Amino acid sequence: MAADEEELSINEQAISASEEEEGSDDERKHKKLLEAISSMGSRKRKKQNERSEASVQVSEFFVNAEGTGEKVNLSDLLGTVEKTSGASNKTKKQLRNLQSSKETLELPLNKQQTEKIQRGIAYEKTAAEVSCWRNIILQNQKAEQMVFPLNQESSGPKRVEQVVAGWKVQTPLEQEIFRLLHINSQPVDDPVLTPVEEQSLKAMSLEEAKIRRAELQKARALQSYYEAKAKREKKIKSKKYHRVQKKAKCKDFLKQFDEMVKTNPEGALEELKKMELSRMEERMSLKHQNSGKWAKSKAIMAKYDDSARKAMQEQLQMNKDLTQKIVVPSDDEHESNEEGLETIPDFVNDSEPVIDSVNPWMRGQLTHEESEVSCVTTEDVQTAEEENEEEELVGEFERKRKLRQVVEEDVVEVSDKEEGDDDDEEEEEEEDVSEFNTLFRLMRSEKTLEGSNQTREGLNTPGQEDEDGFLNEGQIRVRNIEDLEVLGEVVDPQPIAEPSLPQAVAVEATSEPPNKKKREIDLKEVLTKEAKAVKVPFLPTVVDEEERDEQISIIKEAFAGDDVISDFIKDKSKREAAGRPEVVDLTLPGWGEWGGVGLKPSRWKRKRFRIKMAPPPPRQDQKLPDVIISENRNASVASHQVSQLPFPFQNTAQFESSIRTPIGPTWNTQSVVKNMTKPKVITKMGAIIEPMDAFLAVLVLGANHRNKSKLSIAFSSHSLRFK
Amino acid sequence: MDSLICYLPNKVNIYEFDWLFLTQPPKRYWEETENTDQRRPEEEQGTAVQNQNKSTVKERSLKRKNGESLEKKDPFSGEAPIPHKQLQKFQRGEKYKVPAGARQRLKEAIISSEAMSELAQKQAARYDLLLPEDAGFLEGDEDEDTNTISQDDIADAADITSGSKVYVIAFSLYLLKKLQIQKNVFVCNRHLLVGGKKGHVACIDWQSKDLMCEMNVMETVNDVKWLHTEAMFAVAQKRWLYIYDSKGLELHCVKKFNDVLRMQFLPYHFLLATASATGFLQYLDVSVGKEIAAICTKMGRLDVMSQNPHNAVIHLGHPNGTISLWSPNQKEPLVKILCHRGAVRSLTVDKTGTYMVTSGLDRKLKVYDIRAFKPLHSCFLPAGASCLSLSQRGLLSAATGDIVQVYQNVLGSSPVSKPYMAHRLQGQIWGLAYCPFEDVLGIGHGEGFTSMIVPGAGEPNFDALDTNPFRSSKQRQEWEVKALLEKVQPELIGLDPGQLSKVDQASFEQRHKEHVEALGFDPLAKDKFKPKTKKKGRSSAGAIEKRKRKVAHEDQRDKIRQTVQERTERDKEQKEKSNEKKNLGNKSTLDRFRK
Repeated sequence: MAADEEELSINEQAISASEEEEGSDDERKHKKLLEAISSMGSRKRKKQNERSEASVQVSEFFVNAEGTGEKVNLSDLLGTVEKTSGASNKTKKQLRNLQSSKETLELPLNKQQTEKIQRGIAYEKTAAEVSCWRNIILQNQKAEQMVFPLNQESSGPKRVEQVVAGWKVQTPLEQEIFRLLHINSQPVDDPVLTPVEEQSLKAMSLEEAKIRRAELQKARALQSYYEAKAKREKKIKSKKYHRVQKKAKCKDFLKQFDEMVKTNPEGALEELKKMELSRMEERMSLKHQNSGKWAKSKAIMAKYDDSARKAMQEQLQMNKDLTQKIVVPSDDEHESNEEGLETIPDFVNDSEPVIDSVNPWMRGQLTHEESEVSCVTTEDVQTAEEENEEEELVGEFERKRKLRQVVEEDVVEVSDKEEGDDDDEEEEEEEDVSEFNTLFRLMRSEKTLEGSNQTREGLNTPGQEDEDGFLNEGQIRVRNIEDLEVLGEVVDPQPIAEPSLPQAVAVEATSEPPNKKKREIDLKEVLTKEAKAVKVPFLPTVVDEEERDEQISIIKEAFAGDDVISDFIKDKSKREAAGRPEVVDLTLPGWGEWGGVGLKPSRWKRKRFRIKMAPPPPRQDQKLPDVIISENRNASVASHQVSQLPFPFQNTAQFESSIRTPIGPTWNTQSVVKNMTKPKVITKMGAIIEPMDAFLAVLVLGANHRNKSKLSIAFSSHSLRFK
Repeated sequence: MDSLICYLPNKVNIYEFDWLFLTQPPKRYWEETENTDQRRPEEEQGTAVQNQNKSTVKERSLKRKNGESLEKKDPFSGEAPIPHKQLQKFQRGEKYKVPAGARQRLKEAIISSEAMSELAQKQAARYDLLLPEDAGFLEGDEDEDTNTISQDDIADAADITSGSKVYVIAFSLYLLKKLQIQKNVFVCNRHLLVGGKKGHVACIDWQSKDLMCEMNVMETVNDVKWLHTEAMFAVAQKRWLYIYDSKGLELHCVKKFNDVLRMQFLPYHFLLATASATGFLQYLDVSVGKEIAAICTKMGRLDVMSQNPHNAVIHLGHPNGTISLWSPNQKEPLVKILCHRGAVRSLTVDKTGTYMVTSGLDRKLKVYDIRAFKPLHSCFLPAGASCLSLSQRGLLSAATGDIVQVYQNVLGSSPVSKPYMAHRLQGQIWGLAYCPFEDVLGIGHGEGFTSMIVPGAGEPNFDALDTNPFRSSKQRQEWEVKALLEKVQPELIGLDPGQLSKVDQASFEQRHKEHVEALGFDPLAKDKFKPKTKKKGRSSAGAIEKRKRKVAHEDQRDKIRQTVQERTERDKEQKEKSNEKKNLGNKSTLDRFRK
């Protein structure tokens, strides 16, 4: 099929060509023919060129490289730029870079995927928007009654000030009262809240508390993330990675330190002490000396190997750096400020300030004054080339990490600050993760301090700070609903001593001895028990003629059921037998033995194939010899009963207790019935129910949360209110 | 109302009778102070917590200036306390505590329901204040038995209206067989219905003594009963059951109910239960005129019948000394109790449904606890009791021959030794009935009808929404509509009246079985396969049959397939096991040395 089509198309092309250019040179025709023939062999048909005139190679509309047999290069197009003097060097450089780069541009994502991403983002946005309604929805679901429209004015009595606009104090009594109110700083115009109460209300609303708590939670989560991350990073075995990491950290730290010196001298001093400690350790140990095994081997190699020599030099340099004394600038600040950090301060004549309180040799010196600290920086060790490489690496790592974790934004941002031009470096040997942690926290605390414009002492984690904030505000903090709940639990009154059954019943229960004996009571004994005779003031005398036949019938009846008891016992045993499940007999005659008339299946067989059913639960009248209680289920009531436990309840006892109180007016007072059967939703006739707006929602929520506290406040002002 | 009696305590003192017949004056709320004080701290705890904020704020406001208080303290702050006894009276079930690990929703549900029931209980206890009347009683001298005091003396001592309640109506022409003071759980107590053995039926207004109607049905009358109002009554005549209105007009002759001996009317269910000589127990729904149930008891002649007002279960007494309990929903007795050696002559059940009193031919009087079906005590009456009746306050009247004895404190653990009151009448006693909300007992006997004052028999406080003895005709009409709307369906009758508020814990299978039984078909059953009609000759009888065969026994095949699969698996396992065993068996002890 395909071949046929190809042939057809070729023919068409040939025809069209002939039609188009009649009388043109044969050469071209020949060429075309050749091409067509050659294309027949290949699977793909060659693309036909549109244009066939002489100007194949140069066109004002498009670039066609076909004729030259080469691809168009950027240099071809921009070669002239190099020569032109007008173009700026920058653009030239850029173009050169462009030329050298061999990466192709990435394809844009296809439509479906971009849409998917957009949808995801949009979903998150709207979810966040909608989620602020959750509390209100929950509250409305739980509410016993909703009254619509929501923002109705309260129908209760209004204050005088609200009703009468221009009301003035006139009578002496009123004047006296208002004077009192003024003295006690009680509100006069708006007697709902006193200033103190208002303040306390403002101190913390529920929303604020919630936000605070959320912040705390976030901080804690971030910390845990960070710790996890540090652990993970510690496990990475790549030396290169660690080296790079360390360098970056150092750089960062240094930068930080410089800042700290300005903002937080105490913290800087602390760091300085740490450095001093490390210096001491370095001096004590032989770690970066020439005495190590590695160093010795390197020393042998150093003669011949350049790199080995370099490494050795590096090590020595490190030792030098570490053992370098950190210089604290002299007490006169002006000088140091003027000279800057680079200059070496004049410290030679000064006695050494106490930097390390741990070092006993350093004690007994001049009193130490807190001042700005700086450290002497060392020269650059690394070449620029190396640095570049490292930075690239760091950048790469960072990119990867960012891809992995979006959550740790804060930490990442802080820990991986990059400064390409920072040259000052100080090698610190042992700087583990925990130290870094403290650094991180330090920075955080600094940040917060900057924000609040306050100076704080010592090192404080942000979490601690927040907690402190909570505690400090405790005194005048407004109680929210949760607090009240807790209070309620604590002081919950003991349930009123559990009332027993109605009294007559209780008496009954106690008088009746509990029938714990398993032994069945003899029925005859029960019925022939001695009964107490009753004394009657007068004896019955008359026996009428009329009654005689009656009495005869009565006597007859009496003698008819003489063995009443045995009949009853028989009846009862019959019922019991009927209640027991029957034994299922599956024995078949024959099958392994002789079968036939008069032959019984053998004993083992009967034993094997008779299945006993489980015994039924004990009868209700098991211990009552003179009673037969029917075990039949009352199916007629069952159709009206609840057969499945409704939602929040976990067992039947809970549900049954919840519906044990009748709601009808027969058993309750009018007000209770009204309360019990009040409708879930009330709407006002003719009023438009508009959707709740956000402002109103917040108002309603807040009002509900503060209801109780408000109540008490209202009461206090009420007691003094003028009426 | 006994209030009429109790308003004259001073009078009694003036005349210095040797016995006292009075009732306590109504208690006032200020008389219970010592009781409430005891209760108070516990009571107030709940409110104290609620008012905590209030009180603190209040204190602050009061002690603003140098601690001096600006206001006087309210001596009766907070809600009025409720006496513990009253609270207990309206307790409904045990309080349920929130379980430890309960979820939020559950907690809320339980707490709200508990709060609601507590509120209901408290409010009801508060409104108990509106029932201030106390029951009357009769008290003799130190050496005098109350049962020797004659009715004439009582009538003289009591106020005029109470005294006028003692009267005799002589129906000389017709011997009275049965009477009923209108069974008034809900109808006003003013109406007396009397039926004579030889067909004489009369309705009388109890207090005004007006004759509403009097007639002769010209047949033996076995029983008479008021229906739900005083406008209608049922008469069990020799053959059929008849229903008349208060003017004596015959409304219905119910021929489905024949040879009725006894009747009971269940007021809240609008059911008329009849026991016939043929051993049938039938239920007639009076509101729709339909027979609800007809049960063949197979116990012979049923001439002893009573109802349990608590759960509307019918009690029948039988000649073989047993008592059986029936509901319209079961064809067999709910409970059968062997009470007497001889036949049961009479039985009655108290208002709360806790006690049953029976008397038999063996001349015994027995008191049963019918919640546990256990006898509490029995006593021996010289002549046996032919009729029994319990008053609203638990006074038992027993008719022995021509004497009516009234017993006090029968419903308890201790047996009685002597009657509270006794009264001799002319002729054999046939019927006894207490008048609700009154201290009066009506007695039907050979010479006619006599009423007797029994102090402390009637309930002093009535619920006017339920049963108002003083209601007008308008109120009655309204009540009738309400009662019909609130009619309890006969399916709900059972031993436990609270069954409805319990969760049905039967399995799905059982419920489905019952459902199928009730419907007569299985709603969940699979339809039988019905082949579609196809065209072009493919729906020929043969083809249809073929298609049917394809589907036939599909379920059975599935089952078979399953069992076969199981069996093969089992065989496989066994085979493997046996193989292992074999392998083990082939090994000799020396194999362990082999390498």
